[in-house]
Amino acid sequence: MKKLKVLIVDDSSVMRKIVERALRQGGLDLGEVLEAANGAEALVEVQKGSLDLILSDINMPVMDGLEFLKNLAGVEQAKGVPVVMITTEGSEARVVEALSNGAKGYLRKPFTPEQVKERVAPLLGVSV
Amino acid sequence: MSLQSSRAMHAPVPFDPQWKHVLEAAVVEVFQMMVGAQLAPRENPEGQPSGQQTAMVGMAGALTGMTTIRCTTPTAGKFAALMLGGDDPSMIGDAMGELCNMVAGNFKSKVASLADQCVLSVPTVISGDDYAMHNSEPTEAVSLAFEYEGGLVWVVLTIHQ
Repeated sequence: MKKLKVLIVDDSSVMRKIVERALRQGGLDLGEVLEAANGAEALVEVQKGSLDLILSDINMPVMDGLEFLKNLAGVEQAKGVPVVMITTEGSEARVVEALSNGAKGYLRKPFTPEQVKERVAPLLGVSV
Repeated sequence: MSLQSSRAMHAPVPFDPQWKHVLEAAVVEVFQMMVGAQLAPRENPEGQPSGQQTAMVGMAGALTGMTTIRCTTPTAGKFAALMLGGDDPSMIGDAMGELCNMVAGNFKSKVASLADQCVLSVPTVISGDDYAMHNSEPTEAVSLAFEYEGGLVWVVLTIHQ
């Protein structure tokens, strides 16, 4: 089976590492893992194509996760690529806004590797 | 949204002594889920928060204040290694900052009146222990200590009234 190509978007390099580690510990078969520190950087990576999954923080400088989602709608290479938002804060309004702008799910920190897999696997057609 | 504008837009939520239990639950949950570390609350800890690594996250809006986590460098190093794998001392500060951010966010999400009414700052981390913190406004504080492998982890929620 093809290894997954994943883009992790977060302004914290530590959090990007934590998310990647959680994906691996959750048993997902990761191939290339790309990183971006904000939505603008992420759009550049998305336009290169062939992504299987995007995980994105909501609160980021330059371009936040919600603006990133809105911009993704116009990117041909993003079609069919599931986006899961990651948030620290308990703001339901922002989660609802993300889902209404195309996110396929969200993860609230703190999370376990099992929770990451449960949220992501169905979007990729991978059995949990 | 800036911290100042957020403060102006939301009616303040008064301090609730029960937040001690909420904060304790938030801390234990974050360290258990994100670090794999079991922190044991210590009742009536002696002394003041100490240690060479201090992470701080500001809160503004319905609640104005700060969450801090403080511990020794070796203890912070253990947390960073558990979170990230490997043993890279340069990541200790960033790991502490993220932990503090998640504790503050988790606390906020557990208090219904704060979830949508309070914003967090980006984390700030101080390395070193020769400093003192002063508050310019009257404050309430919840101060907790947790035991982890022979060391203490201090978590303080300071709230401006």
